[in-house]
Amino acid sequence: MTVLKGKGVSGGIALGRLLIYEKREKNIKRYRVENAENEIKRFEDAKKEAIFQLQHLYDKALQEVGETHAMIFDIHQMMLNDLDYCDSIINIIRSQNVNAEYAVAATADNFAMMFSAMDDSYMKERAADVRDISERVLNILSDASENSISGSEPVIVAAEDLTPSQTVQMDKDKVLGFVTMKGSSNSHTAILARTMNIPAVVNAGEFLKPEYDGQFCIIDGFSGNVYIDPDEATIKHFIEKQKEDRFKRELLSELKGKKNITLDGQEINIYANIGNLSDLGSVLQNDAGGVGLFRSEFLYLEKLDFPTEEEQFNVYKTAAETMAGKKLIIRTLDIGADKQAKYFNLPNEENPAMGYRAIRICLQEKEIFKTQLRALYRASAYGQIAIMFPMITSLKEIKEIKKVVKEVKSELLADGIPFDESVELGIMIETPAAVIISDILAKEVDFFSIGTNDLTQYALAVDRQNPKLDWFYDPHHKAIIRMIKMAADNAHQNGIWIGICGELASDLELTETFLSIGIDELSVSPGLILELRKKVREIDVSKIRDDIIRNIEQ
Amino acid sequence: MKEFKYVITDKDGIHARPAGMLVKECMKFSSDITIKKGTNSGDAKRIFAVMGLAAKKGEEITITAEGADEEQAIETIKNFLVENL
Repeated sequence: MTVLKGKGVSGGIALGRLLIYEKREKNIKRYRVENAENEIKRFEDAKKEAIFQLQHLYDKALQEVGETHAMIFDIHQMMLNDLDYCDSIINIIRSQNVNAEYAVAATADNFAMMFSAMDDSYMKERAADVRDISERVLNILSDASENSISGSEPVIVAAEDLTPSQTVQMDKDKVLGFVTMKGSSNSHTAILARTMNIPAVVNAGEFLKPEYDGQFCIIDGFSGNVYIDPDEATIKHFIEKQKEDRFKRELLSELKGKKNITLDGQEINIYANIGNLSDLGSVLQNDAGGVGLFRSEFLYLEKLDFPTEEEQFNVYKTAAETMAGKKLIIRTLDIGADKQAKYFNLPNEENPAMGYRAIRICLQEKEIFKTQLRALYRASAYGQIAIMFPMITSLKEIKEIKKVVKEVKSELLADGIPFDESVELGIMIETPAAVIISDILAKEVDFFSIGTNDLTQYALAVDRQNPKLDWFYDPHHKAIIRMIKMAADNAHQNGIWIGICGELASDLELTETFLSIGIDELSVSPGLILELRKKVREIDVSKIRDDIIRNIEQ
Repeated sequence: MKEFKYVITDKDGIHARPAGMLVKECMKFSSDITIKKGTNSGDAKRIFAVMGLAAKKGEEITITAEGADEEQAIETIKNFLVENL
């Protein structure tokens, strides 16, 4: 078994034989022609034919991947009709008295170079579009057609790189997956593979040895791993994984793009909880409306020393850009208690859950806090970031936080560094104190997010880590439900929104309760989003609200 | 001759798809239409020229139309930009 490492750009598992899809090496010869006008006519005819083919591809793609992605073939037609492009070809033929093939290839090189030179990864990829359209014309001129998949058995297609038209031209029923040596997640192959729901791995490097052709292999579109000639155990593992993935996909295709709306029209936001950048893929894949809790601890825990502002900025920026305008709520450092990093030099405590942790560290060691806030504000220019503070118990903490935030903002302003002026600031409601004074706190912040795990342990005086107390640890306790309602009522009376990001948010037995209370957002593990959406869509709140509220209150 | 300036607000800027759509809009008119960013300018009916500007979010472009239907052209393109970019 050989394992190769690439970049997974379209999730899913494929098992099958590898087919090496070879690009025909085109050796374009330059030769002089007697009659330049003849060559121009050859080019014009080939162009006409190419546009005809592209229209056909457009129609095919429209059926298979929808208008948004089919549009590339419409754009390819416009490119072929582009006057600069055509003028260049005709000009080369006429001025040099050369063959059409050479003129097309030379023009393709020039135009591709223009894109390659651009300082923009998206535009760089467009060089491939120029080559793609030119290739098509060259094929028509030389009367060659692209090699296609023959044989009846579906295969995993491996190639150095695939153009959009090669990708779409392939018979979908015969392609199990794609592996390319080059390419990025911005390449059309990646985009098209995602929309066609075909697993794909790109950038697998120089792996494509001819002897792999026809070998059995597995591609894992999640991790980017490619297994050539896998052993029994690996095959078994991936068949299982494929089954799971298919089940999720079915749920997904049924629910993706659908609203989180009850039968009687009440909407709720369903966001994702994440703890690392690598979770972002599953956030998007499971169609989360945003990130309701991005735990920033991993930045600190995986390190031997404090993470710099730059390191943090890069992580927050990447996350904000990946979320592409969807809300990304980042919680500031919540270290202490069960999460320790040596370099913080935190003393051992008798009762760490109630000890020196989270915002308490941040407000005492302001440099740590300021570094994080600066990184967060800098990243706010790249997406819709909201900041959330953990372990709040009093108004004076919020006032102190706001003072530091103000300092950070004015420093950035003075340095001329762009940031979003209106970043939402919210607090975790995870202490009984915060619940009791939530009417006061609501006037100071933009949102609440209830952390049910800590709230339960503090309210019920039950240590979560003590297994002997399992029976007493009851998150369905009326005290907890009442606290949630109290915080929600106070939030709404003061015009702010409230979410739940603790484990309780994904407890399907409580979805009706949360909807009745009017919770605005539930943040859960990415894998649970669609189940929760399904549940929400089956509820009619108008029929149960009164009973549920009465039950909470009496 | 008519012209107007517009600052791109779309986060992806004028990438392939909107460039194609913009070119299509411009093709509807007989006027000569140019698109300019900084010192670079190009024919707004040519997709490579439009994409070649690589106009990004926050950057200002100038559209100029000259010809019989320049007024409608400017009006239509303005609406297109506001709606799409």
